[in-house]
Amino acid sequence: MSETRIPPAPTPDPSTQQFWDAARQGTLLIGRNTKTGKLHYPPRPVCPFDDEGEVELVPAKGTGTVYSFSIMRAKVPYAIAYVELDEGPRMMTNIIGAPFESIRIGQKVRLQFQPTDGEGPPVPMFTPA
Amino acid sequence: MSIRGKACIVGAYEHPTRKAENKSVAQLHAEVALGALRDAGLTRADVDGYFCAGDAPGMGPLSMADYIGLNRLTHYDSTDVGGCSYLAHVAHAAEAIAMGKCKVALITLAGRPRSEGVATGTAPRPGDPRQPDVQFEYPFGPAIANMYAMCAQRHMHEFGTTSEQLAWIKVAASHHAQHNEHAMLRKVVTVEDVVNSPLVADPLHRLDCCVISDGGGALVVTSPEIARTLKRPVVTIRGAGEAIKHTDGGRIDLSYTGARYAGARAFEMAGVKPSDIKYASIYDSFTITVLMQLEDLGFCERGQGGKFVSDGNLISGVGKLPFNTDGGGLCNNHPANRGGITKVIEAVRQLRGEAHPAVQVKNCDLALAHGTGGSLGTRHGSATLVLERN
Repeated sequence: MSETRIPPAPTPDPSTQQFWDAARQGTLLIGRNTKTGKLHYPPRPVCPFDDEGEVELVPAKGTGTVYSFSIMRAKVPYAIAYVELDEGPRMMTNIIGAPFESIRIGQKVRLQFQPTDGEGPPVPMFTPA
Repeated sequence: MSIRGKACIVGAYEHPTRKAENKSVAQLHAEVALGALRDAGLTRADVDGYFCAGDAPGMGPLSMADYIGLNRLTHYDSTDVGGCSYLAHVAHAAEAIAMGKCKVALITLAGRPRSEGVATGTAPRPGDPRQPDVQFEYPFGPAIANMYAMCAQRHMHEFGTTSEQLAWIKVAASHHAQHNEHAMLRKVVTVEDVVNSPLVADPLHRLDCCVISDGGGALVVTSPEIARTLKRPVVTIRGAGEAIKHTDGGRIDLSYTGARYAGARAFEMAGVKPSDIKYASIYDSFTITVLMQLEDLGFCERGQGGKFVSDGNLISGVGKLPFNTDGGGLCNNHPANRGGITKVIEAVRQLRGEAHPAVQVKNCDLALAHGTGGSLGTRHGSATLVLERN
């Protein structure tokens, strides 16, 4: 099984620098409303759900299940997916370290940061738990 | 205020080209503009409203108004929600006409992704890094095909939909396209042909995907008073609805589309129900796009789209809901990677009784056109029109 696709580096901006700094430390942050407790992803400084409350970034456990996926039949094939974190939010990601034919919706997966092209921060991918 | 009955489509034109190696995008816009005006029996001097979207080169409507030579504009709109922009434009034109802001509205679309060698569905596009989702999505390789594939995968998981059922949608489109001399793919295909074609993004095969074509189309919308003075059959806008569906802060649900909302709004305005519709133009970037939108528009129950499309139910003269009788994006044309305007054009042909005789729906007096723009796998616009012949 080849795992040679090098993802392009994300481009942090001032509002997401904390998220990507945490990624370099191996931590996946999600947004939490300090008043209502609602969680969102990708994190942003203004809560997408509630007008009240501030957004704080809290670490996710890094476990979840595959919500959907597709094997992209590119020159270097890869598995793109939405993973539903155990905390609730669904996030776009890749499934790595698994034979493509073994990937299933509902499969339990765990976080594994992967390096990106150049000097960029690593990105959150998932592998079978 | 409702726009029901407040405006009519009087001109419709689809460019015959599918590969425009020796034309510019602006030229195609100008050619379709004149084509639609000629169809209506109007001239560019009559145009006081102009609508275009992101396929039009230049800032909003400015360069195209200049290039085409539109000198009397009192109203313009460059709303861009991808492939369904032009259905939204029809509704916005009706609103502007109802408000007295313009009398003759022109809508154009054109592009040449085929000549430009664009890998439309399979190449991840980086987008503007300021677009807030890009840094959280682009590293993972989202391409149009794999985003829709994830919708298909989820639909199969939740409802038991099969690749064979999806294939029926392509089969129906190919049955229609065989009669369209301009269609890119005129060969009638079978369910086996579709499911045996190479996988592009599991579970979608090559033949689950639409064509990549150059070309364009244009529409002319006027008040009913002007429409009645023209020689063409009168097609009236009876209902319109729009919606945006997105990732919802991590609560994305891939099992339905914004058609659920846009369709309901259009049907409510029109005062009709899905079973009243004689012909439907349904956006068909992929087979799964059609299946999900049919459910969300209410043509069948949620989760029953697979059964609904099977056994030729979408084939004109065979099934209960004739769809995309020009061959659609799946077989005929997907100009500028945006299939919205051709959806309206074929609905107009059907209502006028000017579709190919082999696919013309008898007594077609009520039609629906629906489009999607953006990606069902992330964020998209939806726009629905209910059109009637008067």
